[in-house]
Amino acid sequence: MTAVLELSNITKRFGALTANENVSLSLAQGEILALLGENGAGKTTLMNILFGHYEADEGEVRVFGDPLPPGKPRAAIAAGVGMVHQHFTLAGNLTVLENVMLGSEPLGRLRSDTAAARKKLMAISERFGLPVDPDSKVSRLSVGERQRIEILKALYRDARILILDEPTAVLARPEAERLFETLRGMTKDGLSLIFISHKLHEVMAASDRVAVLRGGKMVAERTTALTSPAELAELMVGRRVERPVRQDQSIGAPVLVADRVTVTDDGDTKLDDVSFTVHAGEILGIVGVSGNGQGALGALLSGLMHPSSGTLTLDGIDAGHLGPRGLIRAGAARVPEDRHAEGAVGEMTVWENAVLERLRSTEFSKSGFVRRTDARAHAADLIKRFDVRGASPDTRIRLLSGGNMQKLILGRCLATGPRFLLANQPTRGLDEGAIAAVHAELLAARAEGAAILLISEELEEAVQLSDRIQAIVKGRLSQPVMAGEADSRKLGLMMAGVWEDSDAA
Amino acid sequence: MRLERRETVPLALVATAPLVAIFAALVLAAGLIGAAGVNPLSAYAEMLRGALGSRLSITEMLTRATPLILTGLAAAVAFRARLWNIGGEGQFYVGALVTAWIGHSLGLPGPIGVAVLMVCGMAAGAVLLAGPAYLRLRFGVDEVVTTLLLNFIVILFIGLMIEGPLRDPLAFGWPQSVPVDGDYRLPDLVPRTRLHIGLLFAIAAAGVVWLVLTRTVFGVETRAAGLNARAAAFAGISLPRTIMGVALVSGALAGLAGAVEVMGVTGGVTTTMSPGFGYAGIVVAMLAALHPAGVVAAAIFVATVFVGADAMSRATGVPSFIADVIVALSLLTMLVALLFTTYRLRR
Repeated sequence: MTAVLELSNITKRFGALTANENVSLSLAQGEILALLGENGAGKTTLMNILFGHYEADEGEVRVFGDPLPPGKPRAAIAAGVGMVHQHFTLAGNLTVLENVMLGSEPLGRLRSDTAAARKKLMAISERFGLPVDPDSKVSRLSVGERQRIEILKALYRDARILILDEPTAVLARPEAERLFETLRGMTKDGLSLIFISHKLHEVMAASDRVAVLRGGKMVAERTTALTSPAELAELMVGRRVERPVRQDQSIGAPVLVADRVTVTDDGDTKLDDVSFTVHAGEILGIVGVSGNGQGALGALLSGLMHPSSGTLTLDGIDAGHLGPRGLIRAGAARVPEDRHAEGAVGEMTVWENAVLERLRSTEFSKSGFVRRTDARAHAADLIKRFDVRGASPDTRIRLLSGGNMQKLILGRCLATGPRFLLANQPTRGLDEGAIAAVHAELLAARAEGAAILLISEELEEAVQLSDRIQAIVKGRLSQPVMAGEADSRKLGLMMAGVWEDSDAA
Repeated sequence: MRLERRETVPLALVATAPLVAIFAALVLAAGLIGAAGVNPLSAYAEMLRGALGSRLSITEMLTRATPLILTGLAAAVAFRARLWNIGGEGQFYVGALVTAWIGHSLGLPGPIGVAVLMVCGMAAGAVLLAGPAYLRLRFGVDEVVTTLLLNFIVILFIGLMIEGPLRDPLAFGWPQSVPVDGDYRLPDLVPRTRLHIGLLFAIAAAGVVWLVLTRTVFGVETRAAGLNARAAAFAGISLPRTIMGVALVSGALAGLAGAVEVMGVTGGVTTTMSPGFGYAGIVVAMLAALHPAGVVAAAIFVATVFVGADAMSRATGVPSFIADVIVALSLLTMLVALLFTTYRLRR
């Protein structure tokens, strides 16, 4: 085996934080290497150093034996390294061909050589089995197709080494499987691949070799065939973490009922005639590929969007037009999808964030003035009850880790003993320890009789926590299935929009 | 080289940032003074002497600082909520105009009349900013453009009024409005100087603004809306209401500046009564890092430059426009300094 790529002793610091410490890694010709690690383990930083987005403080990158000058993405491209980012870097208003050509031509040229580019693109597309229509606008393509364009873009620049950052984050299970098949085919053509992931099952399914990063350090390298998911999980987290298990319990009366709700935004139908019921003491899981209406469903249940037809009721009262504070007064609590963008004001203190939703209630204000002592005490209480680490009421919330911030937000929701809880992607971006803690809190709230609607893109999580599951596809909801009867194949089909024939219950 | 966000912002850094910025501005302006053929150090010495060298010059400087505190507060309140009110100048002038107009023939006893006139001036400033705020909320019109352009409209309107209906017949042809009734002239703070009790009003206003911003529901909501509008909306804070509330407070503060200036200094309105108080208020707010207490200090600095530059000009022959240059430069250097309080430079 010859190494096409070698990273030796890479160290990268951001201020006090060491993102990569003495990391060494090599990639063989025709190999698929999975870079596994939790969020914040330093995977993306390492790949950004390789690609020249960042400059390493120490260490060296060699491509095909030659050292790569640090901090120069163009040099990396010229050496044959291609990167497919997790968040696509395509211009939606341009065609596929234009996107692929973008940046590959000298600026000084007056006319683009479209014909030659088209020929080259089609040749690559055929050779690697990545079909595209070069003239369709990127904005009309599905996410799976867009990702294909990103890969083609790298191949068009003659990449021999391809780095994919969380390539399946936006794909449904079947799409992801197809992607890995394609990638496997590409290695036969001599390409070498690194993909970044924190999902064990796809690492097991798609890689030849696994490198595990934890806390910025390379902790292990394993040949995929000789390891197990359990071993990898332990290596990744650094200890055994077990997620809490849902106990069977009897389900109460309906709490939140959506009856044929449609939500439109600027003429676009975001939710199309959806119906669901969440009972007391029940978790209803909504699964689906990102971008299929979860955002609108979350906004509806947060009070930020309103039904244009149909009714939403909470304990029998109309809840469709209450707005955030009205919903909270009516007994709802909300965990937002994006805790940094919506859940918290980063530059404000923990106590301010803890009471922001209920600032105008008599509990925390009196004739327009904030009851600061009470608010601080409340925050201190949340910190204690929900085990928020590294925080005092006066800490700026931005300084908390993702898991601790989420525990605080969850605490803010659960402190009032809500009738209904919206948990929108409650564990996205959290490490295993924090995920276990969030799951435990959700299950405890369920045991106390809260009706919980869980929106999740993690099938495993949805199945572990939910009593019943519905799939969301293009703004429409499937019929519910009992979590016990849902295997991953059935759910995969549901998430792909195939449910009428199999589940016309 | 790249900028990297600091984990925490040390308070000492925030406190020294304006000092460094002012120092840098003075160094840069020294080049221009040198180009005018004068030793910058002696020029700055003249400037200091002119602004702080005598009892009279100190009172003059504080007289100048009074409206700057109020326009600075106006800018600080608005900028905290990311409402870019560039119209402090216009709001200052409508506050002044309404005060002179109503104050000329208001049949109320002194102190009550003064209070009524201050409220009128505030209302005028608030109304003037409410328009652009409404246009932004309803149609997304950029308030930087609307508030800035309104300044010119207001000044032209005042020109019209003092040539016409509000012309002062006793002004010997000077373009000046009728003065406020003598009962409503603010008493002197220091006898036989122009310094009036408006300074105390301005400092009290800074205290009230601080109290409102840090201790009230409105203040916390304003801050949340300014720092992260999406999170504020998620928490149920009505952004339109917050922005409108901020606009009313900000406009009122700038309007109050105009009212106080008329009652305390000029008596009537002219189109040249403000040497750019509204615009300088923006500099004051930035130098203060939008903090109300800082506004008072920053206003005193800017007033020192303005008053001192006149004296320097008389003594050394450097045009007094250098004051505008220094103030403008200190805004730019302060913006850079603020960048370095939140970010650090790394290789």
